[in-house]
Amino acid sequence: MEGRTDLEYCDNLEATELRLGLPGIDRAAAVSKANKRASGDDCDLKRSPPKAQVVGWPPVRSSYRKNSFQEKRLEAADIAGAGIFVKVSMDGAPYLRKIDLRIYRGYKELREALEDMFKFLPFPSLQCHEILDVEACNESEDAIAYEDKDGDWMLAGDVPWEMFISSCRRLRIMKGSEARGLASSP
Amino acid sequence: MEEVSEMPAGGEGDGGKGLQCFPDPGGTGAQMPFFDHILENVLENVLCFLTSRRDRNAASLVCKSWYRAEAQTRIELFIGNCYAVSPSRAVGRFRRVRSLVLKGKPRFADFNLVPLEWGARLTPWLTAMAPAYTCLEQICLKRVTVADDDLFLLACSFPRFRDLSLICCDGFTTAGLAIIAQNCRYGIHLSIQGISDRFTTAGLYQFESWFSSTRNLRSLDLIENDVEDDEDEAVDWVSMFPPGNTCLESLVFDCVACPVNFEALASLVARSPFLQRLRVNEHISAGHLCQLLARAPQITDLGTGSFAASGDADDAETALESAFHASKSLSCLSGFRGIAAEYLHTIHPVCAHLTSLNFSYALISPQQLTPIITCCPNLETLWVLDSVGDDGLQMVAASCRKLKKLTVFPLEATEDSEGSVSDVGLIAISAGCRKLRSILYFCQRMTNNAVVTMSQNCQELVVFRLCIMGRHRPDHLTGEPMDEGFGAIVKNCKNLTRLAVSGLLTDVAFAYIGKYGKLLRTLSVAFAGNTDLSLRYLLQGCPRLQKLEIRDCPFGDAGLLSGIDHYYNMRFLWMSSCRLSLNGCEEVARALPRMVVEVIKDMPGVENDSVQKLYMYRSLVGPRNDAPTFVNIL
Repeated sequence: MEGRTDLEYCDNLEATELRLGLPGIDRAAAVSKANKRASGDDCDLKRSPPKAQVVGWPPVRSSYRKNSFQEKRLEAADIAGAGIFVKVSMDGAPYLRKIDLRIYRGYKELREALEDMFKFLPFPSLQCHEILDVEACNESEDAIAYEDKDGDWMLAGDVPWEMFISSCRRLRIMKGSEARGLASSP
Repeated sequence: MEEVSEMPAGGEGDGGKGLQCFPDPGGTGAQMPFFDHILENVLENVLCFLTSRRDRNAASLVCKSWYRAEAQTRIELFIGNCYAVSPSRAVGRFRRVRSLVLKGKPRFADFNLVPLEWGARLTPWLTAMAPAYTCLEQICLKRVTVADDDLFLLACSFPRFRDLSLICCDGFTTAGLAIIAQNCRYGIHLSIQGISDRFTTAGLYQFESWFSSTRNLRSLDLIENDVEDDEDEAVDWVSMFPPGNTCLESLVFDCVACPVNFEALASLVARSPFLQRLRVNEHISAGHLCQLLARAPQITDLGTGSFAASGDADDAETALESAFHASKSLSCLSGFRGIAAEYLHTIHPVCAHLTSLNFSYALISPQQLTPIITCCPNLETLWVLDSVGDDGLQMVAASCRKLKKLTVFPLEATEDSEGSVSDVGLIAISAGCRKLRSILYFCQRMTNNAVVTMSQNCQELVVFRLCIMGRHRPDHLTGEPMDEGFGAIVKNCKNLTRLAVSGLLTDVAFAYIGKYGKLLRTLSVAFAGNTDLSLRYLLQGCPRLQKLEIRDCPFGDAGLLSGIDHYYNMRFLWMSSCRLSLNGCEEVARALPRMVVEVIKDMPGVENDSVQKLYMYRSLVGPRNDAPTFVNIL
């Protein structure tokens, strides 16, 4: 697994890296600060891709408030109503989370958000294309399944995003082996 | 002390039983002498006039006699943390409570940081109160889990119950509401705000079917509520109000997602002569609103619903104009849930007397705001979206000299949105609205200079909450951290009790807060600080600090331990995604036996030393017995 080896290699690099900086500065802050200065200085740089959503930030409380405008921005005006809140459970985790599907623009964003929320590894690499490729799933990797309006459990990624969020009732992060069983069922 | 005070060591809060025995020359020594009994009666009659709970807490500490008298006369009970005291203890001490305020989950639960099923259930409180509080009239719950069985118990137990207020609660269904509706015998002031789960119109219907058997309903307020209904389950609850004149004073349902029966609503409004407040939902069109207004010219507080035309309906513009002309007493306007800015001008006749205006659901440009806001010189409370831009805020500053509370919400609540307001708007507001007491401002660009200017211009600030949405963002002109700005706020605004910081902040900012924030009670910190020094400055510098919520800051065990001498003075500490370890938290738990130290596990399965979420609070009862498996109490 080349990807993972690279990651470990990078981790070791960072541990022995010599840096100039005040002690105790959060590395993430320093990195993001540096990035900001870089993009600020060079106007020709492309605008950096939008950051993955951080849970609960910015702290705008009301789901209604947050999403009534997301809805107005959506081009496809067919989907009515306010935020689509679904419960997310993860196998082995004794707790549930609730997320709003409206804030994500596609499967990739959703996956990133879930990754961040549940912090589980391993997860299909972000280099994968947007639609989850079930056949390529490693046995140890987790998959996102959802329960649709009819009560059936399906793997997320097969239908267009808009159709998905309008029919999804709950989400479940399940073990790879179980997920493959789901994929192969008629 | 903000919490319910307890006697110093040696004094047990036994609410009247086990009276202190005074030496009694002639008697058995087991009864209180007559003279002292009279004194206590006199005291009770005097203490009746004390309403502030802080004053009452202080009075109760004078001596046992005062303690008893105060306990007998306290009718409003405030429990800021439902786990800080046991229900039986509270009920045992305060025997004559008529009004209860109970708060449950920490505030960060609003932002999805507290897993569901964490706790804060109403059941144990009701179980304790049901046999004891026969005079209970009001309950106000915030972030409490309310089950259907709780509502059943509530309905059956309190014969004088009138007011139910639920804010950001969850856990109940329409079945529970139906039970309330069937069993409550008295009028009810119902205010449900921000319910997140399974509160449907079917439940409202059940309320109304009960309401049909009693004419004492004073208000039904549903505010910031996720009323989730499938379309085919929506129930016509408005029709269930009783025929004939009602006592209704307030009807708020702007958050209810489903359409309501308009004819029934219009009829209801027409026969509610005491109606003061009416806030309708977005399914009420502008045309319908006119008809409602025509029937209730006495209204002082109006939520306008969509304020837009409904499809093929007639143009409501003229009707709206005359409706607002006739509504002389309107002082509070909200709603505007559609984007029909073309009707905005019709509110003109009432602008001069408006004290509160909520445009936070309205996409309004600066050009659309200006003609309205320039006619509202008496405005004290204003909510807007940042779509009004710095230009719009400048008009606000020029026109609303009496403004006390301003909230600027983001149209796009994401880190990398454009952001339409900035330091320019903040400076403008500070220049024009010198009497500002409270501000919540979301933006993407800010400067120290602007914040400093506000601190100098608006010295009456009590609440200053600035949210720079991009994390770790510095002063966008100088590139410096935002330390100086927030430092100026705490230094110059001597009445400041609530502060929320953001942007790039170093330890210096917290040194300022620790040095100058002497009245600070609530502090929210996110993505800020360099080292544990920040936490130490806060904990050792702010003597009144009660509620400290921190997320994603590089604070570790050393910082946590620096507050050991202070945690008993606080209501709670929340720290998530910081650098705490189990060892550090265990050390705090060992040192402070009366703190409940909860470690909330976030990563399933993984057992390591790091603490993702820490929530700790002082408590008189020790670890709770209802903690779920993902909560580890040290």
